[in-house]
Amino acid sequence: MSKCDRLVDLGRRQFLRGSAAAGVGAAATVVATPKRAEARARVEYPSNRLANVADLAVDEPLDISYPDDDSPGVLIKLGKAVPGGAGPDGDIVAYSVMCPHKGYFLNYHAADRTLNCPGHYSRFDVELEGQQIFGMSNQSLPMFELRVDASGDIFAEGVDELIYGRTNNVLGG
Amino acid sequence: MTYKRGVDQLPIPPADARVQNVTCDFCIVGCGYKAYSWDLNRQGGMAPGENAFGIDLAEQQWAESEAWYQPSMYNIVMQDGRPVHLVVKPDTDCVVNQGLNSVRGGRIAETRYSEQTGTMTDRLTHPQVWRYSQHMPTSWDDALSLVADVTRRVIEEWGEDGVIVSAFDHGGAAGGYENTWGTGKLYFDAMKIRNIRIHNRPAYNSEVHATRDMGMGELNNCYEDAELADTIFCVGANPLENQTNYFLAHWVPNLRGTSLGKKEEQLPGEPHAPAKVIFVDPRRTVSVNVCEIEAGAENVLHLAIKPGTDLVLLNALMTEIVDKGWHAADFIAAHTSGFDEALAANRTSIEDAAGITGLDPEDIRKAARWIAEPKEGGALRRTMMAYEKGLIWGNDNYRTNAAIANLCFATHSVGRPGTGCVRLGGHQEGYVRPPDGHVGRPAAYVDQLLINGEGGVHHVWATDHFKSTLNAEEFRRVYRRRTNIVKEAMEAIPYGDREAQVEAIVNAIRRGGLFAVDVDILPTPIGDCCHVVLPAATAGEMNLTSMNGERRLRLTEKYMDAPGAALPDCIIAARLANHLEASFRAAGNDAYADQFKGFDWQTEEDAFMDGYHQHAGGGEHVTYDRLRAMGTNGVQEPCAGVEDGKLVSTQRLYTDGVFGTDDGKAHFMASEWRGLQAKGRAEQREKYPFLINNGRKNMIWQNAFYDVRTPFVRERFPVPPIEMSPDDMADLGLEAGDLVEVWNDVGSTQAMVYPIATARRGECFMLFSSPLGQVGNVISEHTNELMIPNYKNVWANIRRIGRAPQADGISFKTPEYPADA
Ligand code: SF4
Ligand code: FES
Repeated sequence: MSKCDRLVDLGRRQFLRGSAAAGVGAAATVVATPKRAEARARVEYPSNRLANVADLAVDEPLDISYPDDDSPGVLIKLGKAVPGGAGPDGDIVAYSVMCPHKGYFLNYHAADRTLNCPGHYSRFDVELEGQQIFGMSNQSLPMFELRVDASGDIFAEGVDELIYGRTNNVLGG
Repeated sequence: MTYKRGVDQLPIPPADARVQNVTCDFCIVGCGYKAYSWDLNRQGGMAPGENAFGIDLAEQQWAESEAWYQPSMYNIVMQDGRPVHLVVKPDTDCVVNQGLNSVRGGRIAETRYSEQTGTMTDRLTHPQVWRYSQHMPTSWDDALSLVADVTRRVIEEWGEDGVIVSAFDHGGAAGGYENTWGTGKLYFDAMKIRNIRIHNRPAYNSEVHATRDMGMGELNNCYEDAELADTIFCVGANPLENQTNYFLAHWVPNLRGTSLGKKEEQLPGEPHAPAKVIFVDPRRTVSVNVCEIEAGAENVLHLAIKPGTDLVLLNALMTEIVDKGWHAADFIAAHTSGFDEALAANRTSIEDAAGITGLDPEDIRKAARWIAEPKEGGALRRTMMAYEKGLIWGNDNYRTNAAIANLCFATHSVGRPGTGCVRLGGHQEGYVRPPDGHVGRPAAYVDQLLINGEGGVHHVWATDHFKSTLNAEEFRRVYRRRTNIVKEAMEAIPYGDREAQVEAIVNAIRRGGLFAVDVDILPTPIGDCCHVVLPAATAGEMNLTSMNGERRLRLTEKYMDAPGAALPDCIIAARLANHLEASFRAAGNDAYADQFKGFDWQTEEDAFMDGYHQHAGGGEHVTYDRLRAMGTNGVQEPCAGVEDGKLVSTQRLYTDGVFGTDDGKAHFMASEWRGLQAKGRAEQREKYPFLINNGRKNMIWQNAFYDVRTPFVRERFPVPPIEMSPDDMADLGLEAGDLVEVWNDVGSTQAMVYPIATARRGECFMLFSSPLGQVGNVISEHTNELMIPNYKNVWANIRRIGRAPQADGISFKTPEYPADA
């Protein structure tokens, strides 16, 4: 999905929720006319190769980082198609592993496919786009947007929430 | 589908951003925050010298960074008529939360009114009156003079008992010292209103009468005591979800053993160990789960009692402790009275208690040991006793509250470091009002009065019976009928003919109608019924003082404009008083009009100086300037004076063993078990298969007034969840995410099934106070003798309606942190 489609998709989700004003343009930039919300251009993401499909086994998370080395993440093959899953089986997902509360590193719990925070016990569902099941953060877990090419190479190309510890997902961007 | 904001960068506060003190709007803990605001046309930079945090934002920040703020902590708001960027983030220098935010507090900024970003745009911005068959915007003078004229006519015809009031009595947003004083002075000083009730219960009464009658205020220790305790005894409370940062910042270090250094330093000469914790709760909560993770299961005792039997357990613990000789005999002799009588009256054997509570007798003995067995070398244990709604809103409120206070006095668990016998609290507190003795005891059961057709005018302050009362179905039905009688009468007369309007309203009241006035920040279901709706300002839109669960008083500074013409509640009360004075004077009743003198406040600070400064214990030392200088740490009440320009705290109460009774002694009280006290509940238990226990959830604040408007929360809980055992679900053919009807002999409501593997069969737990499924619909009207409801012990049946909206995008995995993660 291109970034443009992604924005359209986010916009659609907002529309379905019936809170058209509150979403995409909510944060960010200088607003020219204070009475109107404006969509903010999202940052430019690099396309980084993370691994090849052949490197992955079900429920064996692979450490990755994206969009740069200082942003650790995890790449997981779940063995069943999930929302936002990539690859031929729609079952490959990637997430930031810095808790979007206070930045502790999350642990993968294969038994119920969750990422868990030893900081203050937040839990995120890796089968459901990183939805916070219980916890302290006001966002679900940043999910890395993936593309898998014909050779099975997996690329990350975007992030759907602000990564912990940054004011901009692409540092210096 | 999981809600994602799609926000991947945030504006940066420049080095010269304005920084102000904020105390969280929400729960009792009162975490410290800072509000950063700066001009919309400016941006800070990544370089350390260019941003308010003084760090290099081009580098990744690691765990517990002081500088990170997430999108929910950002907004664009108006300040002095100009749009500004706003970041509200937790303050690392605040001793309460030490930089932590909970999921509730982390969205202070996002829940502000913003026409720029679209958040909370349905805030009430202008007074509205019912005219031309709808709520129409109008001026303050028009709205208030109508309220004053109708209120005067009601008083003239029915006396002050014709005026019914529902008003907050708490601190934090929609409360605070300024606003409780404003409303208190109006209704208890200018008038002597008796038919008044509090935001979450149908009468004007204490939730903790007994402990006060026995001489002990319910907020008597400090948060550090949770770090110093040998044992924490927690009854009917779930602190991880409801007092989150108190639990995280002050309980967890003691569970982990990282507060041992502090214990040894502050309490030398006795042995110390990491804390043991006892929970009394029919339900296994995430608090139990996390205590096991942090302290080890061997240091956590969960007493999963049969619902409503706390009193028996507390009496048995006291009996066992005394029989073992572990009680604080010296303290009892010197500082208490009534010990022998109470002990004799309450004597309960472990075996009898086990029979009634369903507990293992060995577990009760173990609890007694953990609470009171002296430490090696003979030192008294330091046990902190904490309770909340499970006890307060549970069976036989008064006696059960007395029973825990008895246990506290018997073990001298108050006034010593590491102890305290405290409610954990819901809202922050902020109560200062003129004396309320005229209300009487028991106080009037206001909701029942309204149902019975009494009262002519109803003033509603930030309260919504529709969501939060008991017997809610009947209440709503009658309330709609009565207010509609007045609406129809108003519609029949041109609005501009004030005299005829008022006459028509009074006639409608004579026919059983009710004229209603709602003061709130957002539209509410009860406000829909009202004839006048008045827009209030909330914290941050006004200066507001409150105290937290350790009596820590802070000033939240005004950092943004209130929407439209909204005003602080205290100023609304003052302007209403002015209009009442004018109305009575115009009617020729100068004597009554004169009662409304003293309401010439122009600002909330005027109300603070008139109220708190003059009337609160230690208030004479406290001013806005002094509080501002104390920042987010404030001062613990009662303020003991000023030293070097700083306000002096009282860390703990009753350290001298002098209690709040005539003789200064703590009074033990007989509190015998009498079964399920509220009328009809024992029969209901036999008749219906499911307990509908109820309470809060971590993610949702109070009655969800902001949360239903916040996509991140609304997407997770579009309908109030009801937690059920998977076995019960299988019996009823239910799946996770099914929408069910909960129904009994009182009424019916709806909820979304959430499976909880550890839930006991036949015992459900439902979110309370939700606008999209009010548990109050199935709670009968019966209360205890002091008009305190038993909201918790309710039984009902459950049947499937269909799928809950959005259920297929919701994760129903367990909230419990895995032991092997
Ligand atoms: S714990 Fe309570 S006071 Fe603290 S941030 Fe959360 S809601 Fe606010
Ligand atoms: S850092 Fe993860 S829950 Fe706090």
